[in-house]
Amino acid sequence: MQSSNSTPASFWQKLFGDPLRAFGVVSALLLVLLAIAPAKNHFSEWRHYQRGYLRVIRSRGDAVTLQRHFQPGIQQIWHPELGVTDRCTSCHVGLKEATLTDVSLQPYRKHPVIPHATDQFGCVMCHRGQGAATTVDEAHSSTLAWEQPILPERYIESGCGQCHRAALEGTPQLNQGRALLARYGCVQCHTVKLPDGGVMHATQDAPSLSHIADKTTREWIFAWLKDPQAYAASATMPNFKLKDEDIRDISAFLIANSTSLAGDTTPPIPQKAIDPTAGASLYGESFCASCHAVQNAAGNLVGGNVGPELTRIGSKAKPEWLRAWVRNPRTYDPKTEMPHYRFTDQQVATMEGFLLAKADSDLLANVHLDPATPEQIAHGKNLVMEYGCASCHEIAGIRKPENFAPELTRIGSKSVSQLIFLEGMQHTLTDYIAGKIRQPRAFAPGLKMPQYSFTPTQIDALTTALLAQNDRAQTMPPSLAVAGPPASHYRPAGKAGQIMNDLACFSCHAINGRGADMAPDLTWEGSSVQRKWLEDFFRNPATLRPALIRRMPKFNLSNEDIATLSDYIMTVYQTPEFDRDSMPEAGYSATQVEQGRQLFYSKYACQSCHIVDAKADKGYIGPTLTAVGSRLTAAWVYHWLKNPQALRPGTTEPNRNMSDDEATSLTAFLMTQKSSGKREAKK
Amino acid sequence: MMAKQFPLAVIILCLALAVSGCVHKSVSAAGPAPTAFGSAIVESSGGKQIGAAGAVLSQPWILQVNDDQGNAVAGAQVFFSGPAGVSFDPPSGLTDSSGQLSTSVVLGGMAGRYQLVASTRTKTQKRIDLKTDEIALDYQRRLGQLLDDKYCSRCHNPESTPERVSNYDNLEVKPHAFTEGDTLNKMSDADLMAIISHGGPALNKSPLMPPYGYTLSKTEMRALIAYIRMVCDPPYQAPGMIYAQK
Repeated sequence: MQSSNSTPASFWQKLFGDPLRAFGVVSALLLVLLAIAPAKNHFSEWRHYQRGYLRVIRSRGDAVTLQRHFQPGIQQIWHPELGVTDRCTSCHVGLKEATLTDVSLQPYRKHPVIPHATDQFGCVMCHRGQGAATTVDEAHSSTLAWEQPILPERYIESGCGQCHRAALEGTPQLNQGRALLARYGCVQCHTVKLPDGGVMHATQDAPSLSHIADKTTREWIFAWLKDPQAYAASATMPNFKLKDEDIRDISAFLIANSTSLAGDTTPPIPQKAIDPTAGASLYGESFCASCHAVQNAAGNLVGGNVGPELTRIGSKAKPEWLRAWVRNPRTYDPKTEMPHYRFTDQQVATMEGFLLAKADSDLLANVHLDPATPEQIAHGKNLVMEYGCASCHEIAGIRKPENFAPELTRIGSKSVSQLIFLEGMQHTLTDYIAGKIRQPRAFAPGLKMPQYSFTPTQIDALTTALLAQNDRAQTMPPSLAVAGPPASHYRPAGKAGQIMNDLACFSCHAINGRGADMAPDLTWEGSSVQRKWLEDFFRNPATLRPALIRRMPKFNLSNEDIATLSDYIMTVYQTPEFDRDSMPEAGYSATQVEQGRQLFYSKYACQSCHIVDAKADKGYIGPTLTAVGSRLTAAWVYHWLKNPQALRPGTTEPNRNMSDDEATSLTAFLMTQKSSGKREAKK
Repeated sequence: MMAKQFPLAVIILCLALAVSGCVHKSVSAAGPAPTAFGSAIVESSGGKQIGAAGAVLSQPWILQVNDDQGNAVAGAQVFFSGPAGVSFDPPSGLTDSSGQLSTSVVLGGMAGRYQLVASTRTKTQKRIDLKTDEIALDYQRRLGQLLDDKYCSRCHNPESTPERVSNYDNLEVKPHAFTEGDTLNKMSDADLMAIISHGGPALNKSPLMPPYGYTLSKTEMRALIAYIRMVCDPPYQAPGMIYAQK
């Protein structure tokens, strides 16, 4: 007992021999404790980086300016209405210094030029991370308390998508991602709500399967479902990785479920001997390649992607269906983007022969199907419902499923704790989304999402678009939202409207905000062209731009149709800016014409892009002007010269800011360029 | 005794930690063992691309390993390296039956030129390198690239593609390609701004170059200049900072 008492006592006495010494030691301890807080502050990371910044700028020529801009202490960008409290600029000190372009050392780099000021929205709005943190780790990495790491630069455009709802010139990746979501049918199964209350819509309707037996065989359906990309590398249909028995049953159901449509098939056309080269030239003359691609001998796809790839169409389409389709595609599919060409019987036969020859004997070589049993058909129907085929395809008797796949409206803010990762995968939301797009079936057995064949660039684009679908985007003050142009549902009226629908004008041209951008916008066409030229053009579309591959096809229109269309276009598609008849088409003085010629060739050097004299001029960026006096109205030419962008926003011809006199002289010169009438004479 | 052993233990512990760190690194760098060796490495495609900063290049970088006779070697190891911020997927690998290895490249987050290196080893473990430059564009320069594509490249880029025929050969006075560093690097930003906004005659050059001052905004023209500066070869050196102490 004595020893146990004496041991602590001796220890105590050793430490504080007497009260004075005890006081001294305790005071010293207290001092050290008190010093911890200021020392922690002094040695904090942000002070370290601020001192480093001062060392970096000390030896520069503009050191005085930079030092004057420098503010010591913790900096903060605060936007309470946006939930932004960003202290990033405490360490990223040189962010706003325009002269620091040569500094590549972080955290002192200047911010690259962007359309917004860096303090307008703060940092985390685009970069993610924890804005309020003041240490490197906490700000950049995910921790237990926070799980929002810095967004990798490759997805940075997702930040733009939080406010900008429509395609933006400076964000090609985001635009591509959103276009892919719509084109590849992602939004058919996954609902993606937009902050303005709408939902993202698919831009491409998958073909209806209600009459598929008219169009193709069960064998082809089998080969297609087995591997759509084996039939056409560019196919948008994903691979569902189905078992052979399942494909057998689905194909059995689709064929059994199909009903025949009147006019869907056409008996063979008695034909004269067909010149084998006629098919290729008809395919070329009809500019089928503007929309359809075909794989060439080198394995490259040549042609557009509006319609399906035709490399192996002969293995797919039944001859009697193809014939009817080429004659008038609208019988089978009233909503198709393909124009009704009005081919003659001979042309239909030629085209049919040409397309049927595009077959691949290997494709169906190993497909042998026994006649379907009722059990197989019933099982096939179940599979079709289970895999949600009707989400994209119209199938008679099966309703489009609702909420078939998880909603992706806020996928960009999904908590990492709610996600299941693959082994070896980084536990971040970005890696999860990209991984899920790359190999959706790997995440768990029994998942239904099909396998797409996206390139790495496409996967990054899709991930960017999905990251933009987050909580912030949904809760952003409406005043910050930048909506796109309102969707146009313009439909031309009356008889002309019917013809335009039949010719699928909107597949290439835009009018009043609706339509594609492959061919010129026709909104003001009536103010622009002369009626006689328009009628001739319908009859025989001549090339205006020598360097262009995609051109207006010839539709074999009747004179009555041409008159109806021309009346409508000349009357309805007029600009309110000027009167098309306000300037005379001829009768300019020789002086004016000569002055215009001088301006054309010398001052404005228009020949660098346009051809007036077919022998001397070579420029072929703009349309050929050899017969412009017979094509355009004088008023259009004059107003175009004054300000091209005012008549057609985004056109590449630069505004030359020419005076009224100069524009009049140039108009006078151009209006003397009449067509020689040779073309009409030939016909 | 304890006092003597303590620092020793710490040293041993530190050494062990350091060694384990090193071992870990070297394991992750090495892929499958090569089954063959080549003597040359050539680029098949994917060099000299222009991509976006921090993003994956649109085309993969494809390399081929050849032997002395110039025949492709299958099973040779190729490993990739680049400046900080560049990543490769896969970072190394063996060449396939056609002697090629393809990797997708993600460039760093800062605009600039990135020199990528692909290496292989010969039988004697001698390292052979192949280098290429890829250019990363930031927001402003990418905007410049879009503007170039829309307004400039039809005349300034002599290369024609089936989709887009160049107008270069049709012009009496030949425009300078934007990669012509020898000419363009001599022009100041102000010169470029003048010629873009007022046309060729502004600098006593051909009127075939039209003015864009009424079509493009100042911001757009600045973006275009930043882009031209980035793609110039040899690279453009900005007039340097004057350092007070030197």
